[in-house]
Amino acid sequence: MRTLIGVLFDGVAYGSLLFLISLGLSVTMGLMNFVNLAHGAFAMMGGFLCVALMRRFGVSFGLTLPLVFVAIGAAGALLEVALYRRLYRASALDQVLFTIGLTFMVGAAATWIWGPSQQPIELPPALHHQITVLGVDLGTYRLFLIGFVVVLTAALALAITRTRIGAQLRAAVDNPQAAAGVGINVGLLFTVTFAVGAGLSGLGGALAIDVLGLDPTFALKYLVYFLLVVVVGGPGSIRGSLVAALLLGVADVAGKYYVPEVGGFIIYASMVVLLVLFPHGLHGRRT
Amino acid sequence: MAAAPDAVTPGIARPRWHPLEIAFWIIPIPAFFAFPDRRLLLSQIFVYGLFALSLDLVLGYAGILSLGHAAFFGTGAYTAALLAHHGWTEPLTGLIASGAVSAAFGLLVSLLVVPGSDLGRLMVTLGVGLLMYELANQASSITGGVDGLTDLPIGALFGKIPFGLDGRAACVYSFAMLALVFVLARRLVHSPFGLALRGIRENVRRMPAIGVNVNQRLRVVFAIAAGIAGIAGAALTQTTQLCGIDSLGFQRSAELLIMLVFGGAGRLYGALVGATVFIVAQDALAGISPDYWQFWLGAVLVVLVLIARGGLLGAMDLLGRRVKRRR
Repeated sequence: MRTLIGVLFDGVAYGSLLFLISLGLSVTMGLMNFVNLAHGAFAMMGGFLCVALMRRFGVSFGLTLPLVFVAIGAAGALLEVALYRRLYRASALDQVLFTIGLTFMVGAAATWIWGPSQQPIELPPALHHQITVLGVDLGTYRLFLIGFVVVLTAALALAITRTRIGAQLRAAVDNPQAAAGVGINVGLLFTVTFAVGAGLSGLGGALAIDVLGLDPTFALKYLVYFLLVVVVGGPGSIRGSLVAALLLGVADVAGKYYVPEVGGFIIYASMVVLLVLFPHGLHGRRT
Repeated sequence: MAAAPDAVTPGIARPRWHPLEIAFWIIPIPAFFAFPDRRLLLSQIFVYGLFALSLDLVLGYAGILSLGHAAFFGTGAYTAALLAHHGWTEPLTGLIASGAVSAAFGLLVSLLVVPGSDLGRLMVTLGVGLLMYELANQASSITGGVDGLTDLPIGALFGKIPFGLDGRAACVYSFAMLALVFVLARRLVHSPFGLALRGIRENVRRMPAIGVNVNQRLRVVFAIAAGIAGIAGAALTQTTQLCGIDSLGFQRSAELLIMLVFGGAGRLYGALVGATVFIVAQDALAGISPDYWQFWLGAVLVVLVLIARGGLLGAMDLLGRRVKRRR
């Protein structure tokens, strides 16, 4: 029973991370119909930026997080305006090739700058502890992660349901042409959304260092998890992504804990099965 | 996707061999004698050419986006390796068996892949690729795990010609496979079946209206392509006498896509040109640094998508048309 709670806890923490990183991808796929395989690269850049800020400039971990969010968001905005925008109407093949190319470039550049090894991170001592709740040992960092994502999700949900830009975003996801027709600047909306998604992904990457590790293969290694969250949750559906990310996180942690010899097999097999059974995602709408 | 280079004409069912095509197929002969110490590389070019050809049928002609085509290459490679490992060392029958296993697997996978959308197909093929990799990785008692299977006892060709270290037999063997499969593939894409595929690629909604069973056509071509990829994988195993887990990796699938798109998809020869340029460049640049290679690989992809869709052969086509117009 104790291990079960431990596994659930770790799984939820892991799932929260996946959700944070995948959110931007879900919006890109749902809103812009863009297959962005380079999305994991934003998370990786965020991770490396966090490590560099802490090691070279002595910035504290807590302070790196907003910096990473802003910097990776800005990088995302720049890329969107300069490159991605040209490919919204391109075929899925072109989008796939382009974003695989970007991922290769970012991965090679990261290897060149930081070397191929895992990057260590020193968390502040307060996030290093174990606390015991009802006889179960819980890591404070994972608790912090879950709390962080809960707060962030609540804030995002409010922003999307209560603010003007949130309403515009929902309109554009449902029908970009009609949204443009009633005077919404869809192009600008795309850029802002893409930037926020990239920034969140970078933030997720920085937060993930202690849980998933960080090395130049990160973007490709976890890409399939991010894609899976989006596709199972239904592109563009935030609630779907949340459910899918938590399910995936718990399933992966449980699989690795209870049947380690099967490894990633369960995840990939369930991915194929889920895709075949729910081609439009668990919460998906038919498009 | 660029439009098919050759227009649909009534004579297309029996296409003539253009002199340029014949010239193209003669090039390997002087290369074979000019670089006697690079014959293993040449053999690799043929193998990857065959592999890229198989993706061209699926992607270039039928328009199915596959991110896990290495699953079939690896299936063929491992089938050939396991056959040899367990005593079936005769290469030709081993190759045919590997192709058949891979084609059967392809038919199974096609049931999952074909009904989906572009995104769904991409994800399912990616998933199947990762699944196969993980399977080979975990079943290490059968597949050798990460180390793969090495020192495989591959029998002599026709019981007489062994695969030596000089790569002479390997080179001729893989070239013969490539040429044979190419002729069949060329026949296939110019047949009514091939025309139906192109019709599906260009407009999937109209094809049922003229009586084409779209999903059946796509399933068949997917299985054929899987069989060809399996033959390529088996040929690589047999000519190198080893089978590594990287034959199933995502990297292999991505590189294959790069080869094909760089050469030009949907025109058969693009696959061969792309594979040749890729393998030669990789061989020449691998000495510098692998990161360096990967960075430029990525850069080439980005540039290709932004300015040069259609690949090398597409660019040549464009150039040729401009020259003609000027006259």
